[in-house]
Amino acid sequence: MRNTQRAEKIAFFFLFLATLFIIVPVGLILAIIIQKGLPAINWQFLSDIPRQGMRAGGIFPAIVGTVYLVIGAIIFALPIGLMAAIYLSEYAKDNLLNRMIKLAIVNLAGVPSVVYGLFGLALFVIFFKFGASILSGALTLGIMILPIIITSSREALESVPYSFREVSFSLGASKWQTIRHIVLPNAIPGILTGTILGLGRAAGETAPILFTVAAFYLPQLPHSLFDQAMALPYHLYVISTQVPNVDEKIRYGTALVLLVMVLFMNLVAIVIRYQFRKKKKW
Amino acid sequence: MRKIKEFIIEKLILICGLASIFFVILIFLFLLKEGLALFKTINPAKFLFGKNWYPISEPGQFGILPLILGSLLVTFGAAIISIPIGVGCAVYIAEVAPLKVKEILKVGIELLAAIPSVVLGFIGMVTLVPWVKNIFHLPTGLTALSGSIMLAFMAMPTIVSIAEDALYSVPKTYKEGALALGATHWQTIYRVMLPAASSGILAAVMLGIGRVIGETMAVMMITGNAALIPHSILQPVRTLTATIAAEMGEAVVGSEHYFALFAVGIVLFVLSFMINVTADLFLHKDKR
Repeated sequence: MRNTQRAEKIAFFFLFLATLFIIVPVGLILAIIIQKGLPAINWQFLSDIPRQGMRAGGIFPAIVGTVYLVIGAIIFALPIGLMAAIYLSEYAKDNLLNRMIKLAIVNLAGVPSVVYGLFGLALFVIFFKFGASILSGALTLGIMILPIIITSSREALESVPYSFREVSFSLGASKWQTIRHIVLPNAIPGILTGTILGLGRAAGETAPILFTVAAFYLPQLPHSLFDQAMALPYHLYVISTQVPNVDEKIRYGTALVLLVMVLFMNLVAIVIRYQFRKKKKW
Repeated sequence: MRKIKEFIIEKLILICGLASIFFVILIFLFLLKEGLALFKTINPAKFLFGKNWYPISEPGQFGILPLILGSLLVTFGAAIISIPIGVGCAVYIAEVAPLKVKEILKVGIELLAAIPSVVLGFIGMVTLVPWVKNIFHLPTGLTALSGSIMLAFMAMPTIVSIAEDALYSVPKTYKEGALALGATHWQTIYRVMLPAASSGILAAVMLGIGRVIGETMAVMMITGNAALIPHSILQPVRTLTATIAAEMGEAVVGSEHYFALFAVGIVLFVLSFMINVTADLFLHKDKR
């Protein structure tokens, strides 16, 4: 008896250790970036263009580029993703087609990000002749975040109790009216969570924008959808591997800005989800 | 009028429902369209098993064996690190941790999953790479080992969250039955919960590995990018993904090099497709 209890203690200790092995490095990574990046952050860094071959100045064009890309991606992905989720949760029957759609979503989520980059290059940049542009990059990112939006929106729609729909039907509402006025409003927090997570993912990805939009060094703001643009993650890659002798402060500062952007969006999504679960009455 | 409007909306919904299938096929077709052109001039067997990747020599040599081995080595290392830690952490979160701790840990894991790979690559470059260099007295810390360690952190969130789901979905009665028979909590976990959740955990591991194989930026920044057949985990390697990311910028559109990089993309796509389909089968095994 004592042996089994000792075995349990030892086992649980190792499980705890495994957890520490994940959590402590995460804490360390955040701590290092914050500690070394914070001194670089000031108004000039955030609002100025990069100067002296990116060894001085700020990162404003990269921030703007990322914001444009993320907005573009979501404009493309949200309507399609939401409607796909509505289809899966409200219309699809449990048949082969449904199974294939789900498998396609899983695969879309699993395609390596650099393959999205290739695809964007072949389809948008070359085939549609959009060139390396914000449009190409945003569409590529949009397709990449589609599975995130579909999956979380579908979960949100499916968590609306069936009785809500029955009541609506019994009052004479059509299927679409029920979806539009009953199901969707109740699913909004979940859809929002998915959308924000998608935004965060799009903001942080580098590989899909490498050949579709990213400009190595472009010290001005993009004027149209067909312009190249700088983007934060690519900028971090460039100044940490491609440009020698960049002040460490600038690298850490860029990493910090990117990290804060992405983690902030994720935290917002987590908070919305948490509030929603707490308030849920059914 | 309303009927027409609803008809249109419902058709639109159906079309969007099919969009995922459409995009998967579209991605594959465009990879094929650009990638297959390579095989007009290069023998596919020579492409897959050729030992030399010299894309810009004259004539170019496009053997991706070193790249495949590089990817496998880094992935294998990452798997060895991330599987025990990830599954252990999942068990801890699902079974052992008190409720409050559990919530915090889950948020922590989610944040780890959210850190952009380029940031992890950067942190790996400035911290891990010098450590590896000093500990093993190497000429450079940009090695497969550094890549494996960094990638393990990308696989872990996937493994933890899916394995935790799998443990969570084991029927409560299993656990209660085992406890009622006098098993300790650990015996219950080890003998009942883990076997019952095994297919879900396997899927978690596979999806984690899928994420590692497809990872690009961090790998490119910390594995050293030498396209040579690796003999040890302490050597620089180059992966399939890093090759595409590093070289596509310079490849001339329509050149052999350009087609070859798309062919590498086909290999990656097929790999990730197989991994995801298999993992999906495991995930749905229990539910039927």
